[in-house]
Amino acid sequence: MDAHQKAGFLDEGKSGRGFVFVGIGVTLLLVGSYIGLFKAPAETFMGEVYRILYVHVPTAWNTMLVFTWAFACALTFLIKGSWKWDSRHEAAVEVGVVLAGLVCIQGSIWAKPTWGVWWDWDPRLTTTAVMFFGFAGILALRKFVDDPHKRAVWSAVATIITYVDVPIVYFSVRWWNSLHQIQSSPNTVSAPFLIPLRTNAFGVLFLWIGLTMLRSRVAAMRLKSELAPPLPEPAAAPASYAPEAAR
Amino acid sequence: MRHLMAALYKEALLQWRGRAQLIAVLVFGATALLLFSFAVGPNSELLRPIAPGFLWLALLLSSTLTLAESYQAEMEHKALEGQLLLPASHGALYLGKALANWLQLVVLGTALIPIMVVLYDAALPRPLALIGVIALGSAGLSAPGTLYAAMTHQARSRQTLLPLLLFPLVVPVLIAAVKATSLLMLGDPMGQVRAWVVLLIGFDAIHWSLCGLLFGRVVED
Repeated sequence: MDAHQKAGFLDEGKSGRGFVFVGIGVTLLLVGSYIGLFKAPAETFMGEVYRILYVHVPTAWNTMLVFTWAFACALTFLIKGSWKWDSRHEAAVEVGVVLAGLVCIQGSIWAKPTWGVWWDWDPRLTTTAVMFFGFAGILALRKFVDDPHKRAVWSAVATIITYVDVPIVYFSVRWWNSLHQIQSSPNTVSAPFLIPLRTNAFGVLFLWIGLTMLRSRVAAMRLKSELAPPLPEPAAAPASYAPEAAR
Repeated sequence: MRHLMAALYKEALLQWRGRAQLIAVLVFGATALLLFSFAVGPNSELLRPIAPGFLWLALLLSSTLTLAESYQAEMEHKALEGQLLLPASHGALYLGKALANWLQLVVLGTALIPIMVVLYDAALPRPLALIGVIALGSAGLSAPGTLYAAMTHQARSRQTLLPLLLFPLVVPVLIAAVKATSLLMLGDPMGQVRAWVVLLIGFDAIHWSLCGLLFGRVVED
């Protein structure tokens, strides 16, 4: 075990596994989207427009998952103080913000032809927007704090508070009339719709796991260079190279 | 408890000595209320139903100023580090600061009510209940605000960072406080105020305890 592992650094030697996960995710997404676009029948009421749900719903599920993972990483970092959890936390928040942004964009594209508006102040949408802005703020916090230790602790604290806030927003706006439909279950979705939905859900899952692995590797490398001891003073120059003033 | 009272006394004394700052923030809040009415136009029929929303927006914007300011004095001569060396718990230091910020926001919100009544021609059937809602809503702003100000006052671009972190977090406070305020001002035929007040209390309880627990980690070196 080298000194870095003792200090709790992520072993950033291997990136192969991350690429394997990304590869599996992309393949599953391609297969699922092909089935969703060309094989699955059109929906009775929405027609062809509904097909965006094959990427929207899996992305939404996985956004919740990746933020839950970020919360777990933040909590583990605060308890254990091990740097690898900070790298994982940074990766999870960043991937989560991208996914949350994608959910909002996909939802808007779907909402315009279906609801007639790009945006509606309904619980699900409000929660997602709060999540997106809350975690985007944490990314900004990480950028503006130079001390690695303070950055790690503060962003972990902010992640915990923001994550706890999301369910409150969800329940607080539930008393409003909701336009967004409630969760579907295998009982309410027929089989031809279910296959591409599940395939894409696993596709996005593998994709974000792979991306967080690759991203936390980058974070770990940056952290190592930040925490590395300063280079030793250069050895005294030979007399012939000494500057004029010194003579 | 003694530590908490000492911390609160120190904060209150600081605020009393710097009371010009509170007046400046109040003027800022009043200006915000004035500007909001320009966005809608001079129609009091239109302004009256949205007055509660504007009141809370003005208070929210003012709160970022007072919260950021509350750590200004701690910056000088490393005063915060001195306090952390005292044999007092970090929780007491946090509560003292958060309570002082809360008091300041309650004073600010209460002072903004008459300005709102004059500018937006708003009715005020239950003024005491409204001050109660302001107290609960301000508690929801000051608890996470004090914690986040402790982080951001040491960071670069702190003026941007505090609202960026705080605003998404206080969305439930804003929703519940605006709803309760409008029900109090515009009439509450269905008796819904209680549900929103309960939500505010719930949010306050969660955030005061959570932020109190985490404050120690934020200020430790």
